[in-house]
Amino acid sequence: MTFSKELEAKFADLVTHYPPGRERAALIPMLLFAQDEVGAVTPEVVEEISRRLRVSPLEIEEVVSYYSMLHKEPRGKYHFQVCTNISCMLLGGMELFEHLKARLGIDNHGVTPDGLFSLEEVECIGACSWAPALQVNYDYHHWVTPEKLDRLIEDLRKVS
Amino acid sequence: MLYNEPHPLEVRVLTRRFGLPNSQSIDTYLATDGYVGFRKALEMPPERIIEEVKISNLRGRGGAGFPAGLKWSFVPRESPLPKYVVVNADEGEPGTCKDRVLMENDPHQLIEGMLIAARAVGAETGYIYIRGEYRYIIDILDRAIAEAYARGYLGRNILGTGMNFDVYTHTGAGSYECGEESALLESLEGKRGQPRIRPPFPAVSGAFGCPTVLNNVETFCAVPAILRDGGAAFAALGTPRNGGTRLFALSGHINRPGVYELPMGFNLLRMIEEVGGGVRQGRKLKAVIPGGTSCPVLKAEECDVAMDFDSVAKAGSMLGSGGVIVMDETTDMVKVAVRVMRFYQHESCGWCVPCREGTIWLRKILERLDAGRGQPSDIDLIAEVSRNMLGRTFCPLGDAAAMPTISYVEKFREEFEARLPKKVPVPAEAPLVVV
Repeated sequence: MTFSKELEAKFADLVTHYPPGRERAALIPMLLFAQDEVGAVTPEVVEEISRRLRVSPLEIEEVVSYYSMLHKEPRGKYHFQVCTNISCMLLGGMELFEHLKARLGIDNHGVTPDGLFSLEEVECIGACSWAPALQVNYDYHHWVTPEKLDRLIEDLRKVS
Repeated sequence: MLYNEPHPLEVRVLTRRFGLPNSQSIDTYLATDGYVGFRKALEMPPERIIEEVKISNLRGRGGAGFPAGLKWSFVPRESPLPKYVVVNADEGEPGTCKDRVLMENDPHQLIEGMLIAARAVGAETGYIYIRGEYRYIIDILDRAIAEAYARGYLGRNILGTGMNFDVYTHTGAGSYECGEESALLESLEGKRGQPRIRPPFPAVSGAFGCPTVLNNVETFCAVPAILRDGGAAFAALGTPRNGGTRLFALSGHINRPGVYELPMGFNLLRMIEEVGGGVRQGRKLKAVIPGGTSCPVLKAEECDVAMDFDSVAKAGSMLGSGGVIVMDETTDMVKVAVRVMRFYQHESCGWCVPCREGTIWLRKILERLDAGRGQPSDIDLIAEVSRNMLGRTFCPLGDAAAMPTISYVEKFREEFEARLPKKVPVPAEAPLVVV
């Protein structure tokens, strides 16, 4: 399979960061960057990276199943990751998560039928002093309220 | 940029550039004593650099509080193997968000800290292992690294001294366990984040089996000031054996949450009342987690404590990562205990049985109690299972799950008892089966 020119350049640079013979170190960044472009760690992605880094597909599966950000199924175009850990929970994180479930009509790890939104309850995202917080893809949103969430969903619908 | 209003009680050493225009840029950095500490280090023999860090009483800011200079001194300089400098930027301890602001507001301070460590141990390569969720910070760091290369602070023959040092960012992909140093090294090498058996410690056999200096972001960020102003000056800011300042992340039921830099040993009650503006809505303080969720909870009456490693330990908890989580009188401690255990169960890597099984069973028993389906014996069972985990795992995650749980049950037992069904217990709806 082929990746974009930008990603190929990134990969070519990435493998030079590690000592000779230790290119496997590039595995996790490569999987995450490939997932960003392809939308999921598909069997084709596994096969391609396996070939490039000379790591068996089984060993790659081992890694993929360990890390919570790596996923084999596609997610929505906008992936909502709501933190419900203590600092966020104390300020309404759980309620935000429930609000999103109802608003999007999906459960934890669900994807809306139009593929636009998906939802995940996540552990601490390092935004404790600006809680409650969530991430949409890689973007942080702090001091979130149900009203702010509704506006955010509207805005994301409009730009799509 | 992510940065709260500073407080007059703050002592700004690591955060001194926060709020300056373009605080991320190397020009701002150089105009404000940037790379001065490193230039000094270049004139010093490596042993003197380590000695200066020892004098500073800088202790590991990731949570363990191990003396940084001592850790550096364990690296065998005479070893023919390459040496590495690795930054733990996997900030994942719930309640903790200080490394994020340090990297976002002043990325060059971290790079300078790495350079000084590299000079001290003779390393030529450094990695910043950073949690995958912090993608935008990886971009900030990559830009700063590129600037440092362009100005001759990184790369070959640095500032004409013959020193070589390369720095790379390395993204994680979602795992709390990878904040544990040996699991981090496994992850850096492209594997599942499972801890390694120690000894050997990373100083002797770390990244790629080579001697490695591995510290938290905040630890490295303190080093430029230590070299610039001297270890003694840094030590004098704190309390005996606890040098310098500390970034405290205040969160929870508090009027002015935020990340504040305060001297080591700052009183916790004062931190909450004066720096944090007190408990929200004039409510009463119920409890505080002083250093991230791995630390045993302190009841309000236990909070008159100096926030340094030794004093908090004497009070029966830990200073940990500096994540101060404030809980007011409305807080349901059973729900807190359940949520904390759900976290540890999710993040347990599964390598050690006491942690893998212990966290699952504790979560189930706690959830059963919370749902009003518990049995009277459950409360003691929680404490018993927790005690059986203590000290029986390769890495501290098992302890991190068990210690706070014991504290919730012991200190707020009446809240757990109040959850017990009033009538004769009916058979549990959900049987306790491992899935």
